[in-house]
Amino acid sequence: MKEIFIILLSSILVNNFVMSRFLGICPFLGVSKKVETAVGMGMAVTFVMTLASIITYFVQKILVALGIDFMQTIAFILVIAALVQFVEMVIQKTSPTLYQALGVYLPLITTNCAVLGVAILNIQSNYNLIQTIFNGFGAAVGFTLSIVLFAGIRERLEIADIPELFKGFPIALITASLMAIAFLGFTGLVK
Amino acid sequence: MPNLILNSVASLSAMGLLFGAGLAYASQKFAVEVDPRVEAINEALPGANCGGCGFPGCGGLANAIVNGEAAINACPVGGASVAEKIGEIMGLSADAGEKKVAKVICKGTCNNAKEKSEYYGIKDCRAAAMVSGGSKSCQYGCLGMGTCVNVCQFGAITIKDGIAHIDKDKCVACGKCLEVCPKAVIAWAPYDQEVIIECNSKEFGKDVKTKCAVGCIGCQICVKACPFNAIEFENNLAKIDYSKCTQCMVCVEKCPTKAISGEINNRKKAVVEEESCVGCTICKKNCPVEAIEGELKEKHTVIEDKCIGCGVCIKKCPKKAIKFK
Repeated sequence: MKEIFIILLSSILVNNFVMSRFLGICPFLGVSKKVETAVGMGMAVTFVMTLASIITYFVQKILVALGIDFMQTIAFILVIAALVQFVEMVIQKTSPTLYQALGVYLPLITTNCAVLGVAILNIQSNYNLIQTIFNGFGAAVGFTLSIVLFAGIRERLEIADIPELFKGFPIALITASLMAIAFLGFTGLVK
Repeated sequence: MPNLILNSVASLSAMGLLFGAGLAYASQKFAVEVDPRVEAINEALPGANCGGCGFPGCGGLANAIVNGEAAINACPVGGASVAEKIGEIMGLSADAGEKKVAKVICKGTCNNAKEKSEYYGIKDCRAAAMVSGGSKSCQYGCLGMGTCVNVCQFGAITIKDGIAHIDKDKCVACGKCLEVCPKAVIAWAPYDQEVIIECNSKEFGKDVKTKCAVGCIGCQICVKACPFNAIEFENNLAKIDYSKCTQCMVCVEKCPTKAISGEINNRKKAVVEEESCVGCTICKKNCPVEAIEGELKEKHTVIEDKCIGCGVCIKKCPKKAIKFK
Protein backbone atom coordinates (compact mmCIF):
# COMPACT_ATOMS: atom_id res chain seq x y z
CA MET A 1 0.00 0.00 0.00
CA LYS A 2 2.77 2.36 1.02
CA GLU A 3 4.64 1.42 -2.11
CA ILE A 4 1.69 2.31 -4.33
CA PHE A 5 1.31 5.65 -2.60
CA ILE A 6 4.98 6.36 -3.25
CA ILE A 7 4.60 5.40 -6.91
CA LEU A 8 1.63 7.75 -7.26
CA LEU A 9 3.38 10.63 -5.51
CA SER A 10 6.49 10.06 -7.56
CA SER A 11 4.74 9.95 -10.93
CA ILE A 12 2.41 12.87 -10.23
CA LEU A 13 4.79 15.35 -8.61
CA VAL A 14 8.42 14.34 -8.32
CA ASN A 15 8.91 12.72 -11.70
CA ASN A 16 6.15 14.67 -13.42
CA PHE A 17 6.20 13.62 -17.05
CA VAL A 18 6.05 17.11 -18.47
CA MET A 19 7.92 19.10 -15.88
CA SER A 20 10.63 16.67 -14.88
CA ARG A 21 11.00 14.14 -17.69
CA PHE A 22 10.06 16.56 -20.49
CA LEU A 23 7.81 14.09 -22.25
CA GLY A 24 4.55 15.02 -23.97
CA ILE A 25 5.62 18.60 -24.63
CA CYS A 26 3.70 18.77 -27.94
CA PRO A 27 0.17 18.65 -26.51
CA PHE A 28 1.42 20.51 -23.44
CA LEU A 29 2.18 23.55 -25.60
CA GLY A 30 -0.37 22.88 -28.35
CA VAL A 31 -3.63 22.55 -26.46
CA SER A 32 -3.03 24.64 -23.39
CA LYS A 33 -4.68 27.83 -24.58
CA LYS A 34 -7.87 27.22 -22.63
CA VAL A 35 -8.32 25.45 -19.31
CA GLU A 36 -11.39 23.72 -20.70
CA THR A 37 -9.52 22.08 -23.57
CA ALA A 38 -6.58 21.28 -21.30
CA VAL A 39 -8.87 19.36 -18.98
CA GLY A 40 -10.26 17.42 -21.95
CA MET A 41 -6.78 16.54 -23.13
CA GLY A 42 -5.80 15.47 -19.63
CA MET A 43 -8.81 13.20 -19.33
CA ALA A 44 -8.16 11.53 -22.68
CA VAL A 45 -4.49 11.00 -21.83
CA THR A 46 -5.40 9.55 -18.45
CA PHE A 47 -7.68 7.04 -20.11
CA VAL A 48 -5.22 5.95 -22.80
CA MET A 49 -2.14 5.94 -20.57
CA THR A 50 -3.73 3.71 -17.98
CA LEU A 51 -5.02 1.27 -20.59
CA ALA A 52 -1.77 1.31 -22.56
CA SER A 53 0.18 0.55 -19.37
CA ILE A 54 -1.90 -2.55 -18.75
CA ILE A 55 -1.78 -3.88 -22.33
CA THR A 56 1.93 -3.22 -22.85
CA TYR A 57 2.60 -5.07 -19.60
CA PHE A 58 1.24 -8.24 -21.19
CA VAL A 59 2.79 -7.53 -24.58
CA GLN A 60 6.17 -7.28 -22.88
CA LYS A 61 5.59 -10.69 -21.27
CA ILE A 62 4.98 -12.20 -24.74
CA LEU A 63 8.03 -10.48 -26.21
CA VAL A 64 10.25 -11.73 -23.40
CA ALA A 65 8.85 -15.24 -23.74
CA LEU A 66 9.75 -15.23 -27.42
CA GLY A 67 13.15 -13.72 -26.64
CA ILE A 68 12.59 -10.67 -28.83
CA ASP A 69 12.32 -7.89 -26.26
CA PHE A 70 14.34 -5.61 -28.57
CA MET A 71 11.08 -5.21 -30.50
CA GLN A 72 9.67 -3.39 -27.49
CA THR A 73 9.41 0.10 -28.95
CA ILE A 74 7.79 -0.84 -32.23
CA ALA A 75 5.39 -3.26 -30.57
CA PHE A 76 4.36 -0.67 -27.97
CA ILE A 77 3.76 1.98 -30.62
CA LEU A 78 1.55 -0.52 -32.42
CA VAL A 79 -0.40 -1.15 -29.24
CA ILE A 80 -0.83 2.55 -28.47
CA ALA A 81 -1.87 3.47 -32.01
CA ALA A 82 -4.41 0.66 -32.21
CA LEU A 83 -5.67 1.45 -28.73
CA VAL A 84 -6.17 5.11 -29.49
CA GLN A 85 -8.00 4.33 -32.72
CA PHE A 86 -10.23 1.87 -30.94
CA VAL A 87 -10.97 4.18 -28.04
CA GLU A 88 -11.82 6.94 -30.49
CA MET A 89 -14.34 4.76 -32.32
CA VAL A 90 -15.96 3.53 -29.15
CA ILE A 91 -16.31 6.98 -27.67
CA GLN A 92 -17.63 8.41 -30.91
CA LYS A 93 -20.36 5.80 -30.97
CA THR A 94 -21.25 5.50 -27.33
CA SER A 95 -20.93 9.09 -26.17
CA PRO A 96 -20.98 11.73 -28.92
CA THR A 97 -20.90 14.48 -26.30
CA LEU A 98 -17.67 13.21 -24.79
CA TYR A 99 -16.27 12.72 -28.30
CA GLN A 100 -17.12 16.32 -29.12
CA ALA A 101 -15.49 17.52 -25.94
CA LEU A 102 -12.29 15.59 -26.62
CA GLY A 103 -12.18 16.33 -30.34
CA VAL A 104 -8.81 15.78 -31.93
CA TYR A 105 -7.17 15.10 -28.55
CA LEU A 106 -7.81 11.44 -29.00
CA PRO A 107 -5.87 10.88 -32.26
CA LEU A 108 -3.23 13.30 -30.99
CA ILE A 109 -2.47 10.99 -28.10
CA THR A 110 -0.99 8.46 -30.53
CA THR A 111 1.93 10.77 -31.05
CA ASN A 112 2.22 11.66 -27.38
CA CYS A 113 5.62 10.37 -26.33
CA ALA A 114 4.53 10.41 -22.69
CA VAL A 115 2.33 7.37 -23.37
CA LEU A 116 5.19 5.38 -24.86
CA GLY A 117 7.43 6.76 -22.13
CA VAL A 118 5.30 5.47 -19.29
CA ALA A 119 5.00 2.05 -20.93
CA ILE A 120 8.76 1.69 -21.28
CA LEU A 121 9.49 3.10 -17.83
CA ASN A 122 7.08 0.57 -16.31
CA ILE A 123 9.15 -2.21 -17.84
CA GLN A 124 12.48 -0.67 -16.88
CA SER A 125 11.36 -0.30 -13.26
CA ASN A 126 10.30 -3.97 -13.14
CA TYR A 127 6.84 -3.07 -11.83
CA ASN A 128 4.21 -5.74 -11.31
CA LEU A 129 0.73 -5.33 -12.80
CA ILE A 130 -0.74 -3.31 -9.90
CA GLN A 131 2.27 -1.02 -9.75
CA THR A 132 2.13 -0.61 -13.53
CA ILE A 133 -1.49 0.48 -13.44
CA PHE A 134 -0.87 3.02 -10.71
CA ASN A 135 2.28 4.34 -12.31
CA GLY A 136 0.44 4.81 -15.63
CA PHE A 137 -2.49 6.46 -13.92
CA GLY A 138 -0.26 8.66 -11.78
CA ALA A 139 1.80 9.78 -14.74
CA ALA A 140 -1.38 10.75 -16.58
CA VAL A 141 -2.69 12.66 -13.58
CA GLY A 142 0.66 14.44 -13.39
CA PHE A 143 0.36 15.34 -17.07
CA THR A 144 -3.19 16.62 -16.52
CA LEU A 145 -2.10 18.62 -13.50
CA SER A 146 0.70 20.40 -15.33
CA ILE A 147 -1.26 21.09 -18.54
CA VAL A 148 -4.23 22.49 -16.60
CA LEU A 149 -1.99 24.69 -14.44
CA PHE A 150 -0.16 25.87 -17.56
CA ALA A 151 -3.42 26.62 -19.38
CA GLY A 152 -4.60 28.64 -16.40
CA ILE A 153 -1.44 30.74 -16.49
CA ARG A 154 -1.67 31.17 -20.28
CA GLU A 155 -5.24 32.41 -20.00
CA ARG A 156 -4.02 35.14 -17.67
CA LEU A 157 -1.05 35.88 -19.93
CA GLU A 158 -3.49 36.63 -22.75
CA ILE A 159 -4.61 39.76 -20.98
CA ALA A 160 -1.33 40.66 -19.34
CA ASP A 161 0.88 43.50 -20.52
CA ILE A 162 3.74 41.62 -22.18
CA PRO A 163 6.55 43.21 -24.22
CA GLU A 164 5.94 42.79 -27.95
CA LEU A 165 8.97 40.50 -28.33
CA PHE A 166 7.71 37.96 -25.82
CA LYS A 167 4.08 37.78 -26.91
CA GLY A 168 2.68 34.36 -27.73
CA PHE A 169 4.97 31.36 -27.67
CA PRO A 170 8.12 32.95 -26.20
CA ILE A 171 6.36 33.87 -22.98
CA ALA A 172 4.63 30.47 -22.95
CA LEU A 173 8.00 28.71 -23.14
CA ILE A 174 9.45 30.92 -20.42
CA THR A 175 6.40 30.15 -18.28
CA ALA A 176 6.88 26.42 -18.90
CA SER A 177 10.51 26.64 -17.83
CA LEU A 178 9.58 28.51 -14.65
CA MET A 179 6.99 25.85 -13.91
CA ALA A 180 9.61 23.16 -14.45
CA ILE A 181 11.89 24.92 -11.96
CA ALA A 182 9.01 25.06 -9.49
CA PHE A 183 8.39 21.33 -9.90
CA LEU A 184 12.09 20.77 -9.21
CA GLY A 185 11.19 21.70 -5.65
CA PHE A 186 9.57 18.28 -5.21
CA THR A 187 12.88 16.52 -5.77
CA GLY A 188 13.93 14.55 -2.72
CA LEU A 189 10.34 14.01 -1.62
CA VAL A 190 10.66 10.44 -2.89
CA LYS A 191 13.92 8.64 -3.32
CA MET B 1 19.39 -16.40 -35.59
CA PRO B 2 16.85 -17.19 -38.34
CA ASN B 3 14.50 -18.14 -35.53
CA LEU B 4 14.89 -14.70 -33.99
CA ILE B 5 13.98 -12.95 -37.21
CA LEU B 6 11.12 -15.32 -37.80
CA ASN B 7 9.83 -14.79 -34.27
CA SER B 8 10.01 -10.99 -34.57
CA VAL B 9 8.27 -10.87 -37.91
CA ALA B 10 5.67 -13.42 -36.94
CA SER B 11 4.80 -11.90 -33.58
CA LEU B 12 4.60 -8.37 -34.89
CA SER B 13 2.58 -9.45 -37.92
CA ALA B 14 0.27 -11.37 -35.66
CA MET B 15 -0.19 -8.32 -33.46
CA GLY B 16 -0.72 -6.13 -36.47
CA LEU B 17 -3.27 -8.51 -37.92
CA LEU B 18 -5.02 -8.85 -34.61
CA PHE B 19 -5.28 -5.10 -34.05
CA GLY B 20 -6.14 -4.50 -37.69
CA ALA B 21 -8.94 -7.04 -37.62
CA GLY B 22 -10.17 -5.65 -34.32
CA LEU B 23 -10.18 -2.11 -35.66
CA ALA B 24 -11.85 -3.13 -38.91
CA TYR B 25 -14.58 -4.82 -36.93
CA ALA B 26 -14.85 -1.85 -34.56
CA SER B 27 -15.07 0.65 -37.41
CA GLN B 28 -18.03 -1.28 -38.84
CA LYS B 29 -19.65 -1.71 -35.49
CA PHE B 30 -19.13 1.85 -34.32
CA ALA B 31 -19.61 3.65 -37.64
CA VAL B 32 -20.95 7.16 -37.16
CA GLU B 33 -22.16 9.41 -39.93
CA VAL B 34 -20.30 12.67 -40.15
CA ASP B 35 -21.55 15.95 -41.60
CA PRO B 36 -19.81 16.16 -45.02
CA ARG B 37 -19.16 19.84 -44.45
CA VAL B 38 -16.92 19.03 -41.48
CA GLU B 39 -14.66 16.97 -43.72
CA ALA B 40 -14.70 19.56 -46.47
CA ILE B 41 -13.67 22.28 -44.03
CA ASN B 42 -11.04 20.00 -42.56
CA GLU B 43 -9.57 19.67 -46.05
CA ALA B 44 -9.56 23.43 -46.52
CA LEU B 45 -7.80 24.10 -43.21
CA PRO B 46 -3.98 24.06 -43.11
CA GLY B 47 -3.97 20.82 -41.09
CA ALA B 48 -1.17 21.91 -38.78
CA ASN B 49 -3.27 21.14 -35.68
CA CYS B 50 -1.48 24.04 -34.02
CA GLY B 51 -4.38 24.95 -31.75
CA GLY B 52 -3.88 28.63 -32.58
CA CYS B 53 -7.61 29.09 -33.00
CA GLY B 54 -8.25 27.99 -29.43
CA PHE B 55 -9.96 24.79 -30.58
CA PRO B 56 -8.41 21.34 -30.29
CA GLY B 57 -6.77 21.12 -33.70
CA CYS B 58 -8.17 21.62 -37.18
CA GLY B 59 -10.86 18.97 -36.73
CA GLY B 60 -12.16 20.72 -33.64
CA LEU B 61 -12.35 24.01 -35.48
CA ALA B 62 -14.10 22.41 -38.47
CA ASN B 63 -16.76 21.05 -36.11
CA ALA B 64 -17.11 24.39 -34.38
CA ILE B 65 -17.56 26.20 -37.69
CA VAL B 66 -20.26 23.80 -38.85
CA ASN B 67 -22.02 24.14 -35.50
CA GLY B 68 -21.83 27.89 -35.79
CA GLU B 69 -19.61 28.23 -32.73
CA ALA B 70 -16.71 29.75 -34.66
CA ALA B 71 -16.45 32.30 -37.44
CA ILE B 72 -15.37 31.13 -40.90
CA ASN B 73 -12.16 33.09 -40.50
CA ALA B 74 -11.27 31.68 -37.10
CA CYS B 75 -8.09 30.04 -38.44
CA PRO B 76 -5.26 32.53 -37.84
CA VAL B 77 -2.82 30.54 -39.98
CA GLY B 78 -4.91 30.21 -43.12
CA GLY B 79 -5.93 33.85 -43.23
CA ALA B 80 -8.22 35.28 -45.84
CA SER B 81 -7.77 32.62 -48.52
CA VAL B 82 -8.77 29.77 -46.23
CA ALA B 83 -11.64 31.81 -44.83
CA GLU B 84 -12.91 32.30 -48.37
CA LYS B 85 -12.85 28.56 -49.08
CA ILE B 86 -14.66 27.81 -45.84
CA GLY B 87 -17.15 30.54 -46.66
CA GLU B 88 -17.90 28.74 -49.91
CA ILE B 89 -18.40 25.44 -48.11
CA MET B 90 -20.67 26.99 -45.53
CA GLY B 91 -22.47 29.05 -48.19
CA LEU B 92 -22.02 32.17 -46.11
CA SER B 93 -20.84 34.48 -48.83
CA ALA B 94 -23.48 33.14 -51.21
CA ASP B 95 -26.60 34.34 -49.45
CA ALA B 96 -26.28 38.03 -50.20
CA GLY B 97 -29.80 38.77 -49.00
CA GLU B 98 -28.89 38.00 -45.43
CA LYS B 99 -25.45 39.54 -45.59
CA LYS B 100 -24.60 41.88 -42.79
CA VAL B 101 -21.53 44.02 -42.38
CA ALA B 102 -19.86 45.91 -39.58
CA LYS B 103 -20.33 49.67 -39.62
CA VAL B 104 -18.62 52.40 -37.63
CA ILE B 105 -21.46 54.50 -36.27
CA CYS B 106 -19.55 57.73 -35.79
CA LYS B 107 -19.00 60.67 -38.07
CA GLY B 108 -16.80 62.50 -35.58
CA THR B 109 -13.88 63.24 -37.87
CA CYS B 110 -11.12 65.68 -36.91
CA ASN B 111 -13.24 68.55 -38.20
CA ASN B 112 -16.55 67.52 -36.73
CA ALA B 113 -15.68 66.37 -33.24
CA LYS B 114 -13.75 68.40 -30.69
CA GLU B 115 -10.76 66.98 -28.86
CA LYS B 116 -10.57 67.51 -25.13
CA SER B 117 -6.91 66.64 -24.70
CA GLU B 118 -3.87 65.45 -26.55
CA TYR B 119 -2.91 61.82 -26.23
CA TYR B 120 0.72 60.73 -26.48
CA GLY B 121 0.53 57.14 -25.24
CA ILE B 122 0.50 53.78 -26.97
CA LYS B 123 -1.26 54.02 -30.32
CA ASP B 124 -4.11 51.74 -29.38
CA CYS B 125 -7.74 52.65 -28.75
CA ARG B 126 -7.95 50.33 -25.75
CA ALA B 127 -4.99 52.03 -24.08
CA ALA B 128 -6.26 55.48 -25.01
CA ALA B 129 -9.73 54.70 -23.68
CA MET B 130 -8.23 53.93 -20.27
CA VAL B 131 -6.92 57.46 -19.94
CA SER B 132 -10.14 59.23 -18.96
CA GLY B 133 -12.02 57.75 -21.88
CA GLY B 134 -9.73 58.90 -24.65
CA SER B 135 -8.81 62.22 -26.18
CA LYS B 136 -12.15 62.90 -27.84
CA SER B 137 -14.51 65.15 -25.93
CA CYS B 138 -17.34 62.82 -26.91
CA GLN B 139 -16.84 59.68 -24.88
CA TYR B 140 -18.90 57.53 -27.24
CA GLY B 141 -17.07 58.33 -30.46
CA CYS B 142 -14.48 56.50 -32.53
CA LEU B 143 -10.96 57.18 -31.24
CA GLY B 144 -9.36 56.39 -34.59
CA MET B 145 -6.17 54.77 -33.26
CA GLY B 146 -6.74 51.79 -35.52
CA THR B 147 -7.11 48.93 -33.06
CA CYS B 148 -9.84 47.58 -35.30
CA VAL B 149 -7.60 48.01 -38.36
CA ASN B 150 -5.00 45.74 -36.79
CA VAL B 151 -7.49 43.10 -35.79
CA CYS B 152 -9.19 42.95 -39.21
CA GLN B 153 -7.61 40.12 -41.18
CA PHE B 154 -9.33 41.16 -44.38
CA GLY B 155 -7.95 44.67 -44.72
CA ALA B 156 -11.47 46.07 -44.70
CA ILE B 157 -10.86 48.91 -42.24
CA THR B 158 -9.01 52.16 -42.87
CA ILE B 159 -8.58 55.27 -40.77
CA LYS B 160 -9.58 58.47 -42.50
CA ASP B 161 -9.73 61.90 -40.88
CA GLY B 162 -9.39 60.38 -37.44
CA ILE B 163 -12.13 57.79 -37.58
CA ALA B 164 -12.36 54.24 -38.85
CA HIS B 165 -14.15 53.36 -42.07
CA ILE B 166 -15.18 49.84 -43.01
CA ASP B 167 -15.20 48.80 -46.64
CA LYS B 168 -18.44 46.85 -46.75
CA ASP B 169 -17.35 44.87 -49.80
CA LYS B 170 -14.32 43.54 -47.94
CA CYS B 171 -16.10 42.99 -44.63
CA VAL B 172 -16.90 39.33 -43.96
CA ALA B 173 -18.77 39.98 -40.72
CA CYS B 174 -16.32 38.09 -38.53
CA GLY B 175 -17.06 40.41 -35.63
CA LYS B 176 -13.45 40.81 -34.52
CA CYS B 177 -13.64 44.61 -34.68
CA LEU B 178 -16.84 44.68 -32.64
CA GLU B 179 -15.13 42.65 -29.95
CA VAL B 180 -12.01 44.74 -29.77
CA CYS B 181 -13.51 48.24 -29.97
CA PRO B 182 -13.41 49.74 -26.46
CA LYS B 183 -16.08 52.27 -27.38
CA ALA B 184 -18.51 49.76 -28.91
CA VAL B 185 -18.89 52.21 -31.76
CA ILE B 186 -19.03 49.47 -34.40
CA ALA B 187 -22.41 47.91 -35.04
CA TRP B 188 -24.00 45.43 -37.43
CA ALA B 189 -25.99 46.70 -40.37
CA PRO B 190 -27.43 44.92 -43.41
CA TYR B 191 -25.14 45.11 -46.44
CA ASP B 192 -27.77 46.96 -48.50
CA GLN B 193 -28.60 49.41 -45.73
CA GLU B 194 -27.50 52.91 -46.66
CA VAL B 195 -29.59 54.83 -44.15
CA ILE B 196 -27.78 54.46 -40.84
CA ILE B 197 -27.70 56.71 -37.82
CA GLU B 198 -24.01 57.37 -37.55
CA CYS B 199 -23.87 58.47 -33.97
CA ASN B 200 -23.30 56.50 -30.80
CA SER B 201 -23.64 59.26 -28.23
CA LYS B 202 -26.08 58.62 -25.42
CA GLU B 203 -25.64 62.09 -23.97
CA PHE B 204 -28.25 64.83 -23.90
CA GLY B 205 -28.64 66.93 -27.01
CA LYS B 206 -27.03 70.03 -25.57
CA ASP B 207 -23.87 68.17 -24.57
CA VAL B 208 -23.68 66.43 -27.93
CA LYS B 209 -23.97 69.75 -29.71
CA THR B 210 -21.03 71.29 -27.88
CA LYS B 211 -18.80 68.31 -28.60
CA CYS B 212 -19.61 67.28 -32.15
CA ALA B 213 -21.08 68.94 -35.20
CA VAL B 214 -22.67 65.80 -36.59
CA GLY B 215 -24.00 64.04 -33.50
CA CYS B 216 -27.53 62.91 -32.77
CA ILE B 217 -28.92 65.68 -30.60
CA GLY B 218 -32.06 63.81 -29.70
CA CYS B 219 -34.49 66.19 -31.43
CA GLN B 220 -36.59 63.22 -32.53
CA ILE B 221 -37.46 64.91 -35.82
CA CYS B 222 -36.55 61.69 -37.63
CA VAL B 223 -38.77 59.65 -35.32
CA LYS B 224 -41.75 61.84 -36.20
CA ALA B 225 -40.83 62.15 -39.88
CA CYS B 226 -40.41 58.46 -40.58
CA PRO B 227 -43.48 57.28 -42.52
CA PHE B 228 -42.96 53.71 -41.39
CA ASN B 229 -42.33 54.13 -37.64
CA ALA B 230 -38.98 52.51 -38.20
CA ILE B 231 -37.08 54.84 -35.88
CA GLU B 232 -37.12 54.40 -32.15
CA PHE B 233 -35.68 56.71 -29.56
CA GLU B 234 -33.95 55.54 -26.42
CA ASN B 235 -30.99 56.66 -24.32
CA ASN B 236 -31.01 60.02 -26.11
CA LEU B 237 -30.22 58.31 -29.38
CA ALA B 238 -32.34 57.53 -32.42
CA LYS B 239 -32.24 53.93 -33.57
CA ILE B 240 -33.42 52.52 -36.90
CA ASP B 241 -35.24 49.21 -37.00
CA TYR B 242 -33.70 47.85 -40.20
CA SER B 243 -36.53 45.39 -40.73
CA LYS B 244 -39.01 48.26 -41.00
CA CYS B 245 -36.78 50.77 -42.80
CA THR B 246 -37.48 51.16 -46.51
CA GLN B 247 -34.56 53.53 -47.05
CA CYS B 248 -36.88 56.33 -48.15
CA MET B 249 -34.35 58.80 -46.75
CA VAL B 250 -36.96 61.16 -45.29
CA CYS B 251 -34.97 61.09 -42.06
CA VAL B 252 -31.75 61.84 -43.92
CA GLU B 253 -33.39 64.97 -45.33
CA LYS B 254 -34.86 66.09 -42.03
CA CYS B 255 -31.94 65.45 -39.69
CA PRO B 256 -30.67 68.88 -38.67
CA THR B 257 -27.13 67.71 -37.88
CA LYS B 258 -26.78 65.30 -40.82
CA ALA B 259 -26.07 62.47 -38.42
CA ILE B 260 -27.92 59.99 -40.61
CA SER B 261 -26.02 58.61 -43.57
CA GLY B 262 -27.57 58.17 -47.00
CA GLU B 263 -27.11 59.78 -50.39
CA ILE B 264 -30.31 61.55 -51.40
CA ASN B 265 -29.15 61.79 -55.00
CA ASN B 266 -29.12 58.00 -55.16
CA ARG B 267 -32.75 57.81 -54.13
CA LYS B 268 -34.82 55.49 -56.25
CA LYS B 269 -38.01 56.68 -57.93
CA ALA B 270 -41.08 54.60 -58.59
CA VAL B 271 -42.60 54.57 -62.09
CA VAL B 272 -46.00 53.21 -63.13
CA GLU B 273 -45.99 51.14 -66.30
CA GLU B 274 -49.13 52.41 -67.98
CA GLU B 275 -49.96 49.28 -69.96
CA SER B 276 -50.23 47.17 -66.80
CA CYS B 277 -52.02 49.71 -64.57
CA VAL B 278 -55.73 49.04 -64.07
CA GLY B 279 -56.41 52.11 -61.95
CA CYS B 280 -57.28 50.33 -58.72
CA THR B 281 -55.96 53.25 -56.57
CA ILE B 282 -54.34 50.85 -54.10
CA CYS B 283 -50.96 52.47 -54.65
CA LYS B 284 -52.42 55.92 -54.20
CA LYS B 285 -54.01 54.96 -50.90
CA ASN B 286 -50.85 53.39 -49.58
CA CYS B 287 -48.35 56.03 -50.63
CA PRO B 288 -47.08 57.67 -47.43
CA VAL B 289 -46.23 60.96 -49.15
CA GLU B 290 -49.15 61.32 -51.59
CA ALA B 291 -46.83 61.10 -54.55
CA ILE B 292 -49.25 59.14 -56.76
CA GLU B 293 -52.11 60.75 -58.61
CA GLY B 294 -54.88 59.37 -60.81
CA GLU B 295 -58.58 58.63 -60.60
CA LEU B 296 -60.30 55.27 -60.20
CA LYS B 297 -60.08 53.13 -63.37
CA GLU B 298 -57.62 55.57 -64.93
CA LYS B 299 -53.87 55.21 -65.36
CA HIS B 300 -51.91 56.42 -62.36
CA THR B 301 -48.70 58.40 -62.40
CA VAL B 302 -45.97 59.01 -59.85
CA ILE B 303 -45.05 62.61 -59.10
CA GLU B 304 -41.30 62.29 -59.25
CA ASP B 305 -40.49 65.25 -57.00
CA LYS B 306 -42.65 63.89 -54.22
CA CYS B 307 -41.65 60.24 -54.48
CA ILE B 308 -39.25 59.13 -51.76
CA GLY B 309 -38.51 55.72 -53.22
CA CYS B 310 -39.82 53.77 -50.25
CA GLY B 311 -41.16 50.97 -52.46
CA VAL B 312 -44.48 50.59 -50.60
CA CYS B 313 -46.50 51.00 -53.83
CA ILE B 314 -44.37 48.36 -55.55
CA LYS B 315 -45.18 45.87 -52.82
CA LYS B 316 -48.89 46.74 -52.77
CA CYS B 317 -49.62 46.86 -56.52
CA PRO B 318 -51.67 43.76 -57.40
CA LYS B 319 -50.65 43.96 -61.08
CA LYS B 320 -46.93 44.48 -60.48
CA ALA B 321 -47.20 47.57 -62.63
CA ILE B 322 -44.81 49.73 -60.58
CA LYS B 323 -41.07 49.47 -60.82
CA PHE B 324 -38.02 51.40 -59.60
CA LYS B 325 -36.06 53.25 -62.15
